Amino acid sequence: MADAKKKKKLESTFINMLIVLGGIALISAGLLGFTYTKTKPLIDAVKKQKFENAIKEVLPPFDRLGKKYLVKGKGNEFDRLELYPAYKGDALAGTAVKSVTNKGFSGDIWVMVGITDDGTIFNTSVLDQHETPGLGTKMTPNLVPQVKGKNPASYKLKVKKDGGDVDAITAATISSRAFLDAVSKAVGAWKKGGKK
Amino acid sequence: MTHFMKELYRGLIKENPIFVLLLGMCPTLGVTGSAMNALGMGLASMTVLIASNFVIASIKNLIPDKVRIPAFIVVIAAFVTIIDLSMAAYLPDLHSQLGLFIPLIVVNCLILGRAEAFASKQGIGASVLDGIVMGLGFTFALVLLGAAREMLGAGAIFGFKFIPESADGMLLFIMPPGAFIVLGFLIALVNKMTAKKA
Repeated sequence: MADAKKKKKLESTFINMLIVLGGIALISAGLLGFTYTKTKPLIDAVKKQKFENAIKEVLPPFDRLGKKYLVKGKGNEFDRLELYPAYKGDALAGTAVKSVTNKGFSGDIWVMVGITDDGTIFNTSVLDQHETPGLGTKMTPNLVPQVKGKNPASYKLKVKKDGGDVDAITAATISSRAFLDAVSKAVGAWKKGGKK
Repeated sequence: MTHFMKELYRGLIKENPIFVLLLGMCPTLGVTGSAMNALGMGLASMTVLIASNFVIASIKNLIPDKVRIPAFIVVIAAFVTIIDLSMAAYLPDLHSQLGLFIPLIVVNCLILGRAEAFASKQGIGASVLDGIVMGLGFTFALVLLGAAREMLGAGAIFGFKFIPESADGMLLFIMPPGAFIVLGFLIALVNKMTAKKA
């Protein structure tokens, strides 16, 4: 259609450039604003859902989540840890601790750790990691079952190389250590200041 | 239809954006660790490419020559952000996999390249067709690369493992150097195929 008319291009005068670029930017901004307001509730719901699923995965069944709280540790050891109490009726079903370590091979590893009343690790789940592709994803099948249902009072959260009870992932001792570090921190924070 | 087939051949083989034009290498090498990611990235890029080709072809006479590049980039960036937000809302799993690479479609030189080389000179219909065939070519190349790397590196295809659960693939192919190696071999292969026909 457009080439049939063979319209001449607008000349590159200052006013033309100003109007055209400004106009395109304005229309784009309008479209983006529209999309943003349309998708924002959905994106928030997805995020919330993901987070609640992560907590559900690591704790026994519960009805509602309590308010998150923080625990102050020595120096900055527990600074980025968040604790979420979960209730069944009025009783505490367990506490989910969102823990993090910087001891991984590359970047932070975020782990959700569910701890029940007697200090037993109900389950754990890896929220985020940037370890070597192909090795980092092995944390879920290899390490998570090893600490599941264990009580740190009688089970040492260290790899066997360091005198603990956990088999490290082959070729990924650093990632294994980091995962256990995050879990230990969660247990430590819970012991120190967790609601019981 | 024959016109379409000819165009399709141009996009898939003769002027394949990755194997022949070597455009958009950053997402190509970054996301092709698995066939599924490659497919998602290819389709997202294709959508942006078709939409931006359409808009740029329709407003090309309104854009003064001196500001055409910034104008194109604003149009492309707007579409990419719309896709980014929509994917985060409707396809959250795929979105978290592709993460950083979606905003990077903005600077994918394939899209700006087609806008500058094709859409800014041709009619709307031809530009949309160009977007479709080039997008298909891009997706085709990404999936080929992703599938090859996934098979060699993880022993799986589209997530279905075909080697024993306990066995591992060759990790190298999932990691960045593997992308370069596989891409090199695929380009060699395409060159051999097209050289014979010519």
